[in-house]
Amino acid sequence: MKQIVASFLTVLMLAICAPLAALAQSGPLRIEITEGVVEPLPYAVPDFVAESAGAQQLAQQIARVVAEDLTGTGLFREVPREAHISQVTSFGSPVQFADWKAINAQALITGAVSEEGGRVVVKFRVWDVFAGTELGQGMQFAGTPDGWRRMAHKVADQVYSRITGESGYFDSRVVFVSESGPKDQRAKRLAVMDYDGANVQYLTGSNALVLAPRFSEDGQRVLYTSYETGMPRVHVLEVGTVQSRILQGQDGVMSFAPRFAPNGQTVVYSLTRGSNTDIWAMDIGSGGTRQLTNAPSIETAPSYSPDGSQIVFESDRSGTQQLYVMPAGGGEARRISFGQGRYSTPVWSPRGDMIAFTKQNAGRFHIGVMRTDGSEERLLTASFLDEGPTWAPNGRVIMFARETQGAQGASSLYTVDISGRNLKRVRTPEGASDPSWGPLQ
Amino acid sequence: MRLSAKITMLMAVLAVSACTNANRFDNDAVDLNAATGQAGGIVPGSASDPSSPAYFQQTVGDRVLFAVDQSTLSPEARATLDGQVQWLRTNADYNAVIEGHADEQGTRAYNLALGARRANAVMEYLIAQGIPSNRLRFVSYGKERPIEICSEEACYAKNRRAVTIISAGLTS
Repeated sequence: MKQIVASFLTVLMLAICAPLAALAQSGPLRIEITEGVVEPLPYAVPDFVAESAGAQQLAQQIARVVAEDLTGTGLFREVPREAHISQVTSFGSPVQFADWKAINAQALITGAVSEEGGRVVVKFRVWDVFAGTELGQGMQFAGTPDGWRRMAHKVADQVYSRITGESGYFDSRVVFVSESGPKDQRAKRLAVMDYDGANVQYLTGSNALVLAPRFSEDGQRVLYTSYETGMPRVHVLEVGTVQSRILQGQDGVMSFAPRFAPNGQTVVYSLTRGSNTDIWAMDIGSGGTRQLTNAPSIETAPSYSPDGSQIVFESDRSGTQQLYVMPAGGGEARRISFGQGRYSTPVWSPRGDMIAFTKQNAGRFHIGVMRTDGSEERLLTASFLDEGPTWAPNGRVIMFARETQGAQGASSLYTVDISGRNLKRVRTPEGASDPSWGPLQ
Repeated sequence: MRLSAKITMLMAVLAVSACTNANRFDNDAVDLNAATGQAGGIVPGSASDPSSPAYFQQTVGDRVLFAVDQSTLSPEARATLDGQVQWLRTNADYNAVIEGHADEQGTRAYNLALGARRANAVMEYLIAQGIPSNRLRFVSYGKERPIEICSEEACYAKNRRAVTIISAGLTS
């Protein structure tokens, strides 16, 4: 035990080094995230141990957020604390595996929290109860008291990663449009939140209509469309300073639907000239532009492949909205959607293997995924109006906006697994739309 | 017409449109009606003044409607636009902004582009009928600014529109 304690990695909030050797030897306790997983893995997470006076509440809260993260995936099921036999009163004490086996907790997460001089330290271990061994190594995170949720998310990301073998997505943020007011007088402003809806921060006022914010790959900047000048124009906002500016060099009547290239230097967007909307790219530094499509039809909603070599977009050149893929520099596009109905808002997955989209068919809206060649199309949701998917950083979960029907209709954010399971609403203070999921921090 | 007079007329349009949209502007409505009644004739800037934006909005007709996913002008739309052309010819010191809109049954970016197609169709028609292009511009709001809020075709049909908004010209 002393050896394990000695091997704790001291990890600062923004510089995480996962013990890769430990990940490799993950033993029998493992969830393979495939179509076949339907029975969630039972786990227990007792309150973390408060190792300093006053850390009691944080220790409880952090354990609860870890549990909300894990259970929220649908891959894990928490054994209720009322069922626990053992109480964990000291982080260093040996685990009573028999007590956790008796309640069928296959994984156990223990942790401790200390707070001193405005610095919070959270440490944790993951146990494979039935093997009677530790899964990976103990780890600790340090931060300020108001960053406690992030530390909890980091613990949960580690647990998720060690058990599934995939990277997590809990310590991530989502930029979106916060909505208030009735349908015919709706006010919209940009906001950013934790992936679970906590810590909402507003980035713009609601004096000008704003649409469709999109994170840069590093999560430092946000592209969005604003009517601040009276016309829809692409703006860029620095998240750290909350300063925004219009992108220079946009000619044409209107510009909208912007998205960053993976290099963070190029912005791809739609430009309307006359009745025609095409896709353009702009170098954000020089303001130099390049037209990527040239067709009399509507070309919009461009999204880069993660390697930056290709762009998927929607076009109605065939008569209805369909999805196309072209080289990032423009050129011949190949159609990839061929099913019934209309396809729009394609977004390339961070893994590069799939494209999420909105589909309209027979009066219903769906969020779906397909391979990048259009094969293996799978619809994940159905409702009056589902729209605008965005990928979790690990490519396993999709967030989107769902608007309810009728005069009282309002928009909310939902998440769904790419398997189509675990549809959940994300709690936001007001109505919400146009989510864009940022990177794992 | 002096700019100040045009601005007064524009304000009158705003007041009138507020009356038709919301009951809480009852007081304004009473005032306007009383003014018209007392004068017993044409009040400059009111909807009964043929050179007023209010007249354009209410009598000439400021909007045309479109079929689902279409931006072609129906015969009815062309008739309305012919009236707009006449008015804009007569009142040459006004400009116009054409706002294009879509119903809620579509995705956001596509509806922005579709609204632009509709607004542009109106603008091109007005230009073809002789209105100088430098008096006209357009903007699309996509599905962001519905005027009817039910989720039925009766509402959608009114939301698929292009509205010609009269604005004071830069030259007098």
